[in-house]
Parts: sequence; structure tokens; C-alpha cells
Amino acid sequence: MTDDAHPPKLAVHELGVVARRGAEEGQRIVDAVSFFVIQGGVFTVVGPSGSGKSTLLRAVVRLIEPDAGRVLLDGRDVTALPVAELRRRVGLVFQRPAMFEGTVADNVLYGPRLRRECPERDGPEARDLAVPLLERVGLPADFAGKPADELSGGEAQRVALARALANRPEVLLLDEPTSSLDPTASRRIEELLAALAESTDLTFVFVTHDLHQARRIGDHGLLLVEGRVVEQGRLPGMLDDPAHDLTRLFATGRLSGRTGESLRDERPAAGAGPDDTGTLP
Amino acid sequence: MSGDQFTYVDVAAALVLVALALVLSWRQRLDLERDLLVASVRAFVQLTAIGFVIALILDADRGLWVLLMLAAMLTFAAFTAARNVRVVPGALWLMVVALGLASATTLGVMVVLGIIPTGARYVIPVGGMIIGNTMNVASVTALRIVQDAGAQRGRIEAALALGAEPRAAAHGIIRRAVRLAMVPVIDSTKTMGIVFLPGAMTGMILAGAPPLEAVRLQVVVMFMLIAATGLAATTVTWLMPSRLFTPHQQLRRFDT
Repeated sequence: MTDDAHPPKLAVHELGVVARRGAEEGQRIVDAVSFFVIQGGVFTVVGPSGSGKSTLLRAVVRLIEPDAGRVLLDGRDVTALPVAELRRRVGLVFQRPAMFEGTVADNVLYGPRLRRECPERDGPEARDLAVPLLERVGLPADFAGKPADELSGGEAQRVALARALANRPEVLLLDEPTSSLDPTASRRIEELLAALAESTDLTFVFVTHDLHQARRIGDHGLLLVEGRVVEQGRLPGMLDDPAHDLTRLFATGRLSGRTGESLRDERPAAGAGPDDTGTLP
Repeated sequence: MSGDQFTYVDVAAALVLVALALVLSWRQRLDLERDLLVASVRAFVQLTAIGFVIALILDADRGLWVLLMLAAMLTFAAFTAARNVRVVPGALWLMVVALGLASATTLGVMVVLGIIPTGARYVIPVGGMIIGNTMNVASVTALRIVQDAGAQRGRIEAALALGAEPRAAAHGIIRRAVRLAMVPVIDSTKTMGIVFLPGAMTGMILAGAPPLEAVRLQVVVMFMLIAATGLAATTVTWLMPSRLFTPHQQLRRFDT
């Protein structure tokens, strides 16, 4: 499926990011991470908070410059692309997306306006472009005129998704898109993403700290702890029958934050089996 | 004050006012006594020194000396403005270019149009006013841009992630910074004569010039300062994006 003639849509090879500041200065916050996604596929990156998941996504679109490794889009190194083009083709939706000033329509049409594919001013013509995008993310047409700073968390996340879709990306990176939402809103965003994945050729990389969510969303993925890939493969198998102690700890909800270092030396206590299912934070 | 001349005796008498401030500071435990004293002494010493220098330059009235004096003022102003934004790489050069361009253009236009004569008596005080005001505006503009680049990081990175070029991604914060820095200049122009009598005009009236002549000079000064500060702020906004972002269009982090 992914030979040289048919490269994966997105491939990440031995990607590394070194912290430039703060308490972790000099440490590798992303360390030799590799994975690939085929066109139309959904790949899930699971890991406790602080494990480098967000940094990984930001390095893929070069919001942070990777210190090692390569990112290939359709088999081509992304450093050969103009940065703006890379970011147009590979969208990133943040955990808590910042809304731009203006209306929801202004937000959704930000990308098309950059490329002059849409009138500068809000008006009937602009609304005609914005409304279908809002409908794709399950927002009614009258949202177009709403001030963007008056949205709820779930609404803002949908607008951020519509804003990313307006760029007609080929790959969409989602950084914990539901972690700041209440359970109902979170479930709805999840359903929306599942529907999007079904109905389009879009390739997804989904980041989450929530194991149950990871299993619902993708079938391939990896577990990231302290910037390193602990285990990688088909998600249900990997989580039900972990090959690694850290995966087992994570699957039982006993791995959170940057605690891997101490846990790595301290072998888990007996009885930490898959039946011992704790809930994740 | 004896006649139309200020003497050192008058200056000493005015120290009563500083003493009043010192007493207030002491009574209110503001802990400003030292700063007030140092500031008063520095102002006197610095101004007296510069008074002698200006007197020398005015007597000589040589073009080269005038240029050197202006260059010295510009350098000092650029250092002062750059110190506020020293987290920005190349801040000193940014300020030298912004203040230099704005001052040279404004002063040049004034001289070419014959609004002020070329003599040292005119060029030095007018140049000083221009450089001082552009320093304030350039400094506030740059500082505000740097602070907002931190505070609005989420928005800027969201824009970058949608494929915006740095200049477009920073458009909002740049616009706000220039507006903010220009507000005092525009406001003082609007309220001129109603809320306060500006420095140049006050000085001329104190020196015995006819009030209407003083007014004409002040209007010229205000127009000149609008142009100069506008130019300085605009130059800062041209030069800032390349310093806020890396060549790969990543927003730098600044420790402010």
C-alpha cells in the first residue's frame, strides 16, 4: 500500500525537537518519532499530558522547527515546500483555538481571504462561502454573523474546524480538540469528526490523552511517553494486550504527566493487568 | 525673575518647589526623595552642559557641527528606545533606522520647503523636538508589538497555521500598536490651545515674541511632529515582523 510508487499521504521519520527554554531546556521533548498515515486514514497519537503530543503536531507543520528527522507529504520532504503552502495543505486545529476578531464568517473565511478567494468585507457573497462550511461542522447559517468572541468552547472548536476546512487541506492535525469541552460537546465533536472522516478523502492525525476516545476514533496509533514512542500499531490490540509496561500503566490510567522517567525504573506492581481498568484523568 | 532673563538665582529659587515635593514624598513615605533629588540635579547638570554645547555650535554655525550634534542626539535616542525592547534581536539598528529615517525626512522637508532656515539656531532645537518625539512613539510602538506578540500568541499561531505570512498574521497587533502610540500625539494636537499651551509656543511667549507668531510656530511644530511620529511608527512596523518571526515563519518567544 505504501511502496515508493504510492507513498503514504503523510510520513514522519525520526522527528526530534529539543526544548529551547524553560526547565526542560536541552531535553528532547520529541525524540525520534516515526509514523505514517495513508490517504483518507486516521492515525491517533495517544499519551499523557506533557508527553510531547502537541509539540509533535506543531513540528509537523513547522510552527516549531524540528531539530532532527523529516516530514514527507506525498513522499516529498516538506522543507521543499513554501511554509505557507505546507500549512495550507496540512491544517492544524489547536486544543483551545483562538478566535480572530470579527464575526464567525470572518474567522471561517480567514484562509480564503489570505489567498484572495473571497471578498475582503463581510457581505452576501462572503456569507455564501461561509455558510456551507458552517453546515459541515454542524452550525446553523445564522452563526455566520455572530461575534466570534461570544462563542462557547464547543462552538469555537467547530468554527476552528470550519476555518481549517475552508483551506481545503489534505491532512488535518487535531490537537486534543475535545479536551476543554464538557462530555456532551466532546461527544458531538467526536461524531462530527467521524462523519468527516467517512465522507471525505481527508487524512487525519488525531491527538488525545483519552484512551477510550483514541479507540473510538482511529484504529492505528502510537503511544507517546516523554517524547518517545512506546508502542505503535493497531489500537485495540495494543491497548488490550500491551507489549510494554508503560502501555499497560497508561491503559490502566496510572500514567499521567511527565512521570515516565521514574516509572521506567520502577516496574509496575503485580496485578496491574488489563482487568484493572481505572478511568483516565 | 528679573526682567526677561532667567538667572541662576531664579533657578535656585525654583528649588523651593523641589523641596516641597521632597517634603511630600517624605511625609507620605513614597520613598521617592532620592530619585527626586537625583533627577533634579541631573536635569540641571545635563541641560546646563547641553546649553554650553549649543551656545558653542550656534556661535560657530558650522554645518558639520550641526550634523554631529543631531547624530549624537539620534544615537542617544535610539539607545534609549532600544533598551525598552532589548528582547528583540537587532533592536538598536531598528531604532536607528526608524528614528533616523523619520527625523531626516521631516527635517529635510522643513528645510527644503523653507519652513525653517538652515542655521544651527533652527535646525538643532527643531531636530531635538523631532528626535525626542519619534523616540517616544517608536518605543511605545515596538514595546506594544512585542508584548502583544506574547499575549496574542494563540491568534498569531492560529493565523500562521492557516497559511498566513508573518506580516498578515501580525497585522492586528501591529495596527493596534501604531494606533496606541499615535493617540497621545493626535490627542494633544486636537486639544491644543484648549487643554494646554504647548512648549514651543510657551517658550516664545515667555521670550517676548508676539503671541500670533508663537501660534504659527506651534502649528508648524505640531504638523511636523505628526509627520515625524507617523513615519517612525510606520518604519517600526515595517521592520518588526522580520524580527518577531524566524525565517521559517515561526513566531519567536520573547522573555519580557
